[in-house]
Amino acid sequence: MLEHIELFFKSIFVDNMVFAYFLGMCSYLAVSKKVSTAVGLGAAVIFVLMVTVPLNWFLDQYILQEGALAWLDGNRETPELSKYADYDLSFLSFILFIATIATMVQLVEIIVEKFSPSLYNSLGIFLPLIAVNCAILGGSLFMQSREIETAGLALNYGISSGIGWFIAIVAIAAIREKIRYSNVPAPLRGLGITFIITGLMASGFMSFGGMLTGGDEETTKTDAVKTVETPVEENKIESDNETAQVVVSENN
Amino acid sequence: MGLLSKKDTKLILDPLADDNPITIQVLGICSALAITAQLKPSIVMAISVIFVLGIGNVVISLMRNIIPSKIRIIVQLIVVATLVIIVDQVLKAFAYELSKELSVFIGLIITNCIIMGRFEAFALGNGPWRSFLDGVGNALGYGVILIIVGFFRELLGSGTLFGFKVLGDSVEKTGLYAIGYENNGFMVLPPMALIVVGIIIWIQRSRNKALIEEN
Repeated sequence: MLEHIELFFKSIFVDNMVFAYFLGMCSYLAVSKKVSTAVGLGAAVIFVLMVTVPLNWFLDQYILQEGALAWLDGNRETPELSKYADYDLSFLSFILFIATIATMVQLVEIIVEKFSPSLYNSLGIFLPLIAVNCAILGGSLFMQSREIETAGLALNYGISSGIGWFIAIVAIAAIREKIRYSNVPAPLRGLGITFIITGLMASGFMSFGGMLTGGDEETTKTDAVKTVETPVEENKIESDNETAQVVVSENN
Repeated sequence: MGLLSKKDTKLILDPLADDNPITIQVLGICSALAITAQLKPSIVMAISVIFVLGIGNVVISLMRNIIPSKIRIIVQLIVVATLVIIVDQVLKAFAYELSKELSVFIGLIITNCIIMGRFEAFALGNGPWRSFLDGVGNALGYGVILIIVGFFRELLGSGTLFGFKVLGDSVEKTGLYAIGYENNGFMVLPPMALIVVGIIIWIQRSRNKALIEEN
């Protein structure tokens, strides 16, 4: 239970899709002129992430990972005995993940249109946009690279990172609605000021980094404090992905 | 440019400045920001995108008359995904460290909006050669911004370029550090990427008033 709560808050605030990893920036910038449309797109993103991340988790666990095919001859528990133990299909993950996402988006669109026309009218136009939203593919790829353990956690990760994205786009849309009444220097209007505001919001969100130590019991509080003082993005770039996430979440 | 007609030259040169995919068309921001803390990953990313977009545009352009328009998105995604897998495998084989640094962002070239955008807007309606030029031009425009951002972030943030200490050693206080210069650690953190791109947009639009947006 605790790990669920931890993952939930971490994905929303610390590892926020938009502010920490810049995922889904294209639609974030393009569809954030009005709060109402931003809410629609945000809801659609939560929904699609909720469906695709667990689905891709199953693909990853049962087809793509090294030794994942062991269930084919009944050796799920003891993969090393299986004749499929050496099969590693993880190079196929991009194509499989994106195919899942594109199909699911299409499917969701058809189902929603059939059963809830009112929801379709509010979400409908955004759904096709979502297939090429990097936040969706990013969610699945991060799920894979962070080696999330259970299907429940994967579902949790999908929903919570979707909520993080939702919060980000609604917040920027609200700011952009207000900024229309301010006197922004002409060359900065529109895109320029949106970038800079997002930058400021991102540095605000970095303060959530102190909230959790990333669920890593080994890191003591003093360690976390020490690393805050040094610029850490370098470590992130240089170290491998696994430690990078711990380091970043400690320091953000 | 004897090889290229005037129109073809325009295809390559326009995206470099006045029709830049990042600062004007607002495409492909995601990866542009995430990997620009240093110069080297920025350049690798730019080369990868040039490869994927150049080849991808040609493939889509060759197939443009046989793709049913209803399923074109998924066809496009499969073409990109295949090219990206090639890039990913090549990087893993020849530059393993670098591919670890870029982690998921190589995969995210698939959903880079520049690529889908150019497929939709250009390759579906033009011949292979022009599509190739358009793809390379747009990817170059993307790469230029990446390299500018990467250059400033690495130089000001860590005082290095490609890992070489061009400003002197910050620990032993040589070079610029001897007279009290300090690295701006904030430059290597994610928010500064956004602000640097914002400033590039600002500069570009103050030089070319035609690009200024309504509020």
